[in-house]
Amino acid sequence: MTPEAFLDLAIRVSLGLVCLAFFVAFVRLVRGPTLADRVLALDMLVTVGIGFIAVITVSTGYGQYLDVAIGLGLVGFLATVAFSRYILARGPRPEQRYVTPRPDQAETGVRLEGEPK
Amino acid sequence: MIDYLAGVLLIIGAFFTLVAAVGVVRLPDLYTRMHAASKTGTVGSGVMLLAIAFHSGEFDVVTRAIAGIVFFLLTAPLAAHLLARAAYCTGVRPWPGTAPDELAGHYEQSPAQPRLTSASE
Repeated sequence: MTPEAFLDLAIRVSLGLVCLAFFVAFVRLVRGPTLADRVLALDMLVTVGIGFIAVITVSTGYGQYLDVAIGLGLVGFLATVAFSRYILARGPRPEQRYVTPRPDQAETGVRLEGEPK
Repeated sequence: MIDYLAGVLLIIGAFFTLVAAVGVVRLPDLYTRMHAASKTGTVGSGVMLLAIAFHSGEFDVVTRAIAGIVFFLLTAPLAAHLLARAAYCTGVRPWPGTAPDELAGHYEQSPAQPRLTSASE
């Protein structure tokens, strides 16, 4: 197997894995019960996008795409910080008390303060 | 030879990114999900940028790739810490199976401005 053929195969495999990761992270963006979960999924999508740009950079050989990846990382970081400040300023929400049940616990979900555990 | 190295690094980085995404979906609460996304996702991106550096070999591209890796390594913990602190202050509870909650009782659950209170109060 020549180096060029191996790199081509590696690029195709990486693109497949990164596409799959994108869709998997999107599941959490749709489902995740609290706003913080959705912000985390958005951060994950930015990370996956950086990986995507990295694969395209190797595939095309244009080094300029690297600047796009760094810019995307900067924007994603600032978006996460801004969302965190917003979550903090917005204050508690009742639906944010969501707790994933432990397998050995029968009751699920929302437990407000003062309720027996 | 460099092509082999770049290809292997790309596959490793893509695999780490996929593992991070699966962890974000499968783990039980926000804090464990953050643990997956922040560390594993950063490693995935960083390894892929390293693949760019090896594949290109030009001085300016290598420098920018290394700078990008350092930048991601610096910003990921900051973002994770801020998001986790905001979520904890607004009452997102950890998974019940989590070992002792070290911060329990240290944050006032006030709607306006949660702040860290000293343990003596």
